[in-house]
Amino acid sequence: MKRRTFLKGTVASGMLSVAASAGLLTPRRVLAAWPETAFAAKSIDDALDTLLGDTTLATSADIKIKAPEIAENGAVVPITISTGMAAESISVLIAKNPSPLACSFALGGSTLGFVSTRVKMGETSDLIAVVKSGGKLYSAKKTVKVTIGGCGG
Amino acid sequence: MAKKKIRIRAKMKGDVAEVKTLMSHPMETGFRKNKKTGKKIPPHFIKEVICEHKGNKILVASWGVAVSKNPYLSFKFKGAAKGDTITISWNDNKGESATADAKIS
Repeated sequence: MKRRTFLKGTVASGMLSVAASAGLLTPRRVLAAWPETAFAAKSIDDALDTLLGDTTLATSADIKIKAPEIAENGAVVPITISTGMAAESISVLIAKNPSPLACSFALGGSTLGFVSTRVKMGETSDLIAVVKSGGKLYSAKKTVKVTIGGCGG
Repeated sequence: MAKKKIRIRAKMKGDVAEVKTLMSHPMETGFRKNKKTGKKIPPHFIKEVICEHKGNKILVASWGVAVSKNPYLSFKFKGAAKGDTITISWNDNKGESATADAKIS
């Protein structure tokens, strides 16, 4: 009985992926065009929904965020995100920035789950790294204290 | 006008290629004001960075205004060899773009 349901399941999901690859289910392509609405979104959920099509995040210990505890200058906060998962994309959100989504990286098959860059932070805030792997979203958080904001004039 | 320049350093470490790149760009958020006139400085930022190796896109970065001025980007990938060329290009919200390539050492 179990075997039967299992088989049914695989057939169904097989059909789904065929439909997805045929473009019937409007799949969000891994290497898509610049997601304007996601960058304009004012909340984390909105940004994730438009960018990745999902807002359920599973906390993962396999995502490491390297960022300073205290950033003296919010205009330049060096961050490094690394993960051992086979990541399709890595996105960085800053909870209290005017638009939380800071940057998103779509990774090719041979690219390791590692990106390092520098971001601006308006004020002390959580830094959220979201990794997409196997169609699911995983996240990790780190709080960075900012003494001088990097968004205003 | 900022110099349109991309600096790339790519190095093999074992079987992994490590790429580091620096781009010259103002990355203006649109929130800053010109102190003399009090007018807002319009946003000017890189939207997309595309990194290619042998015609394959190995990394496509989508950036918002929250990426720092003169952006730094580093990543690692497998399947490269010494002497391979990698190409990095960006385009920004004003339709400007730049491309540069480098050999992996």
